[in-house]
Amino acid sequence: MFRIMEKRLLAPAVHQLVVEAPLVARSARPGNFVIVRTNETGERIPLTIADYDPEKGSVMLVVQEVGKSTMDIGMMEAGDSFADVAGPLGQATPIKKVGTVVGVAGGIGVAPLLPQIKLHKEIGNHVITIVGARTRDLLILKDETEQASHEVIFATDDGSFGYHGFVTAALEELIKQGRQIDEVTAIGPVRMMQATCNLTRKHNIPTLVSLNAVMVDGTGMCGCCRVTVGGETKFSCVDGPDFDGHKVDFDELASRQAFFRDEENLARELAEQKRGGCRCHEK
Amino acid sequence: MPREIVDRVEMPKQSPEERRSNFREVALGLDPELAVREAKRCIQCKTKPCTKGCPVEVEIPDFIALMAQGKFREADAKIKEKNSLPAICGRVCPQESQCESLCTLGKKFTPVAVGALERFAADWTREHSPESGCEKAGSDGPAVCAAADGIERPSARVAVIGSGPAGLTCAAELALMGYRVDIYESLHETGGVLRYGIPEFRLPKAIVNQEVDYVRSLGVRIFTNVLVGMTLDLNEMLAKGEYQAAFIGTGAGLPYFLEIPGENLNGVYSANEFLTRVNLMKAYKFPEYDTPVKIGRRVAVVGAGNVAMDAARTSLRLGAEDVKIVYRRSRTEMPARLEEIENAEEEGVQMFLLTNPVRIISDGKGGVGAMECIKMELGEPDASGRRRPVPIPGSEFTMDVDTIIIAVGQGPNPLLARATEGLALNRRGNIEARDEYGATSIPGVWAGGDIVTGAATVISAMGAGKRAARGIDIWLRSQS
Ligand SMILES: Cc1cc2nc3c(=O)[nH]c(=O)nc-3n(C[C@H](O)[C@H](O)[C@H](O)COP(=O)(O)OP(=O)(O)OC[C@H]3O[C@@H](n4cnc5c(N)ncnc54)[C@H](O)[C@@H]3O)c2cc1C
Ligand SMILES: Cc1cc2nc3c(=O)[nH]c(=O)nc-3n(C[C@H](O)[C@H](O)[C@H](O)COP(=O)(O)OP(=O)(O)OC[C@H]3O[C@@H](n4cnc5c(N)ncnc54)[C@H](O)[C@@H]3O)c2cc1C
Ligand code: SF4
Ligand code: SF4
Ligand code: FES
Repeated sequence: MFRIMEKRLLAPAVHQLVVEAPLVARSARPGNFVIVRTNETGERIPLTIADYDPEKGSVMLVVQEVGKSTMDIGMMEAGDSFADVAGPLGQATPIKKVGTVVGVAGGIGVAPLLPQIKLHKEIGNHVITIVGARTRDLLILKDETEQASHEVIFATDDGSFGYHGFVTAALEELIKQGRQIDEVTAIGPVRMMQATCNLTRKHNIPTLVSLNAVMVDGTGMCGCCRVTVGGETKFSCVDGPDFDGHKVDFDELASRQAFFRDEENLARELAEQKRGGCRCHEK
Repeated sequence: MPREIVDRVEMPKQSPEERRSNFREVALGLDPELAVREAKRCIQCKTKPCTKGCPVEVEIPDFIALMAQGKFREADAKIKEKNSLPAICGRVCPQESQCESLCTLGKKFTPVAVGALERFAADWTREHSPESGCEKAGSDGPAVCAAADGIERPSARVAVIGSGPAGLTCAAELALMGYRVDIYESLHETGGVLRYGIPEFRLPKAIVNQEVDYVRSLGVRIFTNVLVGMTLDLNEMLAKGEYQAAFIGTGAGLPYFLEIPGENLNGVYSANEFLTRVNLMKAYKFPEYDTPVKIGRRVAVVGAGNVAMDAARTSLRLGAEDVKIVYRRSRTEMPARLEEIENAEEEGVQMFLLTNPVRIISDGKGGVGAMECIKMELGEPDASGRRRPVPIPGSEFTMDVDTIIIAVGQGPNPLLARATEGLALNRRGNIEARDEYGATSIPGVWAGGDIVTGAATVISAMGAGKRAARGIDIWLRSQS
């Protein structure tokens, strides 16, 4: 079980995987995630279900290599299997007919955004998607995004493709043009979601964010994923991961994400050494 | 001739200096000679008072009589008639307040070491025979064990949700009756708290594995990574006819916090998170295992139950220099087992009693800088019958700590209930059990263990699993 059926490189160090997980595929909803473990010594890490196919019994994951566990996933090939895939976890994103919805994605945030905007379009919302990346090569899932939206704005920090600037600047332009926007959904790095919320708060646009707190079990058992929303502590794995962005304490989230930085760096260095070592022998 | 009353044997332990820096089991177990000597102390009371103290009704004098003759394997079999997990119970049961508390010898002398004997019988048998249980069973085949009691039963499938002691016991009992049983577990490993909560140095995971293998050997299939309520829907499993009955043993897995300022600072863990990282994810072996855990130099563990003692002793083993238990009542109210409190103190854990945290102070970098506490005194008894702790005005002081572990209890995880239509809960969110077997508001569904009672003990969860198996059996037979 949990065999990788397909694997494809979307951008440098960004992988798309189709993984066999029939029970998960059957019950998945947009906004859900899975917890995976690559092998017996592996960590439990959360990954959003970017797409699911109950018929094929598979889920699609998009993984960006940022540390040891995601690098391990990067090394896996089609045919390999995960030790564990548990899910679907988290609350499904509340998706209602509201009018015009702007999906804002930073980096690989577009992958978890996809199932949400697909459903928005399906139920009759007008969908505008803004996808940002540092540079052209890092823009992923362009065709899929275009299919799932009515309008798409691609933005790059260096101007190598589409709009030159941050996603928040692109969003601000839309607002300034006087476009009616009924809801914003932002998924991406913490600071990007925070900036988006700062902007939409000024314009009173309800904004949903998907919080990527550090998790262990993903089932409400450990409390590691706690976040402060509207002054209250919530467990993002069971109460979220989507929350009203105007109420989220992003500084706390950013700080908590960094708690294990020393250990993460050590694990990554050891992993790199191991790989590097092997390459040396090849020479 | 008057019977010679010899002293109760003491179980050998690793010395405190040695054990506080390793994760090996603290209590080393008896040897055959000591076990026989201890078994011979039992005076075989006709009325078996000890047995009434055991929630699963182990035939204590009978198994001890076999031990006294050196028949360890037979003694183990005798225990297993009633208790499918003796190696675990012998280690973690609060015997001093259960079976041993009712032992006749305890009135004038010291009670028979029932727990130590139970542990020895199970350990010895396991070490001397790798094969146990029903031989014909396969890991993916249906239960093929003949019913142990010879009663004919309908062919039915039962789903057991949760692989903690309640679920494992219920599954084993049902399998022994001849039912086909599947366990669904949300984590990637079996055992519930036995795996993720109770540390290796108190309950080696190899023992948990072997007990789970025994349950498997009875033909029980175990599916991990299945969160019922999310991955599967309980009502649907029953409606589709995949299962004719179900047992819910999902435990008390929702950690409580103090709800004081500063609790989301880095360095504040729930005991569940801390112990799960270390036990389930083996963070004490980081970086060989990928999951990290960070321990500071000065640790405060808030609470004084078994969970708190485990967190404190684990902190020492991870290298903390200074570990304190912070508890708002006094020593007599500490809920942990006496043995565990003594073990912790021997290892160097300090007790700050009648002390309550008020807020956690940041170090300015998102971490814990200190903890402000207030001194307490005991007032009138409260609803629990214990004297209520009341703060002493003006007695606030600052405790110099960099890591805080909150161990003030756990509630029921709401996931399953939230997703299962028609499942009645009580005011505290626990599943309502409507009779002595644990029948719930959904026909064909039973529940037991911590999810019904709130956080309790391994053996009471097993007792509930066993009673539910009886209830399920009666019901299934009445349905056919
Ligand atoms: C609900 C949710 C959905 C996510 N979906 C995706 C996705 O679809 N694709 C994707 O590439 N990434 C996703 N992530 C992030 C992904 O889980 C982390 O990148 C991954 O855990 C990093 O592990 P690592 O060992 O490679 O890196 P590390 O070096 O261990 O960590 C790098 C950073 O990742 C974060 N992180 C580390 N461990 C965890 C953990 N156990 N849980 C959560 N975050 C952690 C921390 O902020 C850390 O600083 C999601 C996170 C959450 C909470
Ligand atoms: C640190 C610690 C130390 C303890 N020490 C002792 C001790 O020394 N002696 C003692 O007698 N007791 C002790 N206890 C208490 C004892 O462990 C519990 O009372 C007992 O484990 C309860 O058993 P259970 O089967 O009801 O639940 P659990 O052991 O909690 O098992 C429940 C299982 O169900 C799974 N689950 C939950 N929800 C779902 C779902 N929706 N779908 C599928 N699976 C699900 C969980 O992952 C878990 O594996 C301790 C507890 C802790 C936390
Ligand atoms: S199971 Fe526990 S309570 Fe029962 S006899 Fe054994 S040690 Fe005592
Ligand atoms: S009460 Fe004590 S002495 Fe009597 S039978 Fe039970 S264990 Fe033996
Ligand atoms: S990850 Fe453990 S409670 Fe959310």
